[in-house]
Amino acid sequence: MQRVRLTTKDIVYIALFAALMAALALFPPITLPMLGGVPITAQSMGPMLAGAILGARRGAFSMLLFLALVAIGLPILSGGRGGLGVFMGPTAGFLFGYAAAAFAVGYLHERFWRGLNVVQSLLFTVAGGIVALYAIGIPWAALNTGMSLTQMAAGSAVFIPGDLVKAGLTAIIAVTVKRAYPLIHTAN
Amino acid sequence: MTVPETANGETMTTIEVRSVSQRFEDFEALRGIDLVLAERRIGIVGGNGSGKSTFARLLNGLLVPTEGRVFVDGLDTANSGKAVRRKVGFVFQNPDNQIVFPIVEEDVAFGLKGLKLPRAERDARVTEVLGRYGLEKLRGRSVHTLSGGEKQLLALAGALITGPDCVVFDEPTTLLDLRNSRMVDEVIAGLEQTAVVVTHDLDLLRRFDRVLVFDGGRVVADDEPNAALTRYVESMG
Amino acid sequence: MTPIHRLPAGTKLLILAVAGTGLVAVDRWWGMAVALAVTLGLYVLARQPRDRVMAQVRPLLWLLVPLFLVQGYMEAWSLAALTVLRITTLVLLAGLVTLTTRSEAMIEAVEKGLRPLARFGVDPAKVALAFSLALRFIPVIARQSAEIRDAQRARGLGRNPLALALPLIFRTLRTAGEVADAIEARSCVGPDTPDDGPASAP
Repeated sequence: MQRVRLTTKDIVYIALFAALMAALALFPPITLPMLGGVPITAQSMGPMLAGAILGARRGAFSMLLFLALVAIGLPILSGGRGGLGVFMGPTAGFLFGYAAAAFAVGYLHERFWRGLNVVQSLLFTVAGGIVALYAIGIPWAALNTGMSLTQMAAGSAVFIPGDLVKAGLTAIIAVTVKRAYPLIHTAN
Repeated sequence: MTVPETANGETMTTIEVRSVSQRFEDFEALRGIDLVLAERRIGIVGGNGSGKSTFARLLNGLLVPTEGRVFVDGLDTANSGKAVRRKVGFVFQNPDNQIVFPIVEEDVAFGLKGLKLPRAERDARVTEVLGRYGLEKLRGRSVHTLSGGEKQLLALAGALITGPDCVVFDEPTTLLDLRNSRMVDEVIAGLEQTAVVVTHDLDLLRRFDRVLVFDGGRVVADDEPNAALTRYVESMG
Repeated sequence: MTPIHRLPAGTKLLILAVAGTGLVAVDRWWGMAVALAVTLGLYVLARQPRDRVMAQVRPLLWLLVPLFLVQGYMEAWSLAALTVLRITTLVLLAGLVTLTTRSEAMIEAVEKGLRPLARFGVDPAKVALAFSLALRFIPVIARQSAEIRDAQRARGLGRNPLALALPLIFRTLRTAGEVADAIEARSCVGPDTPDDGPASAP
């Protein structure tokens, strides 16, 4: 991975992707019947996209910037929510996990950038966007509510099919965008 | 070399483009450009992909030629980019994508960041430059509530705040409606500084001193407006 | 405004952090109920209308109600009450800080907090630029996404996630390139600061 500092252009990508995350809050959630009525929000695809398109560092920073904007009070979380309150509830771990998820997804995409195909992208997105995210989200939820990890994990299982759909969409988008905007260069 | 002066003794910017070619990964955007820009009003015209926007970006060091050199008042853009950009301002086509800060007076002041001026002088310059085009009344406003024309004037004010002698415009009115377009054209026509303008607006071009016609990466006409524009219209077939 | 509004942002954040940690130590549901009452009292002090309180609690109900029932049935009702009350209190307390603090004051507090990180290579100017750019472009990108949604709806693709996401992402990346150029065009130096050479590579 590069040890170079962030350029002006990097800052612009980071800031605009954070702004894009905010704009995604305006898209209504999609409910697919086969997923048992659990809604998928466009915004929750953000961390996966950030990592797959911008790479590990820029992707993670764009998520941190987005969370900072939420913390400041902007109503840019899905459903028009915002402010420090959203970081206090049981689901806040999944928010904190956004940066880690973007980093994990980005790192894998950077490592295997040459000849990246949809299947690889899907695997990386699942590893980073689901595994890494839940690794932070579930323990936080368990701690916050005083329930056990297994109870929490069981409760969260209902969201997995929706997350797999998101990962699939991200993989297709990542490979399509790579052809026009290969922002992630092969690792130095 | 003495810096040329206009009739009323103002200094003018001289931009020398010496044997310049510009090659991007898969194609050559400009070939063999050799000229000196020293007039007050220079127009640039050409079809899409003719190289005119690439050429414009060479004039303030935003792009550095892959072959040849560009000199602005003797400064080489290849190693004095930032000093060049203090002398040559740039206004882009898209009014939205060149304004960086959400509030009017914050954005105008952005160009002063590198100059490390004392606060009083910064504020004085902001007030002065906002006043020039009637933007003072927009103070405190969110940029996204401005019209396209107001945004372009704001962009111009932001470019002028560092006191350049020359401003390059890349299709400043293409994305504006007729009324805003006319307003910006008038501002450009009356600009104190030298102006190099890439535009499709033939009426504006006719008021200029010199017009360059680009086609396929080369300059195919370089003359006073009427002659150059006749060549341009012909070349479009 | 109210004394709570006038408190500096940094102080409020500190109090929130302390209170948040302290509330974890409360282990009786009626103790937490007192804490909640105090929080609601603070809302009154800050002259916040009642619906602001409801607006923060409502999005949590889908979670809090099942949580209360599950935890109460499987463990103890007193524990369930404690959990639900604690979450509500924390969320409302944090929400109050947000409601009584201006965005600019928060941003300043964040930047001040990041200053010690400067030795680790965090450039405060770049952080400030990132915040400003994001704030500047949220309405721009929101408008672009509405335009794209309308255009795709006209084609019958209004519910197709790829038809909405791909154009928006492409447009955002193109915008980023133009904005970077514009920033570069406005970065210049004075007569005595050293030059960096040509514009940074794409």
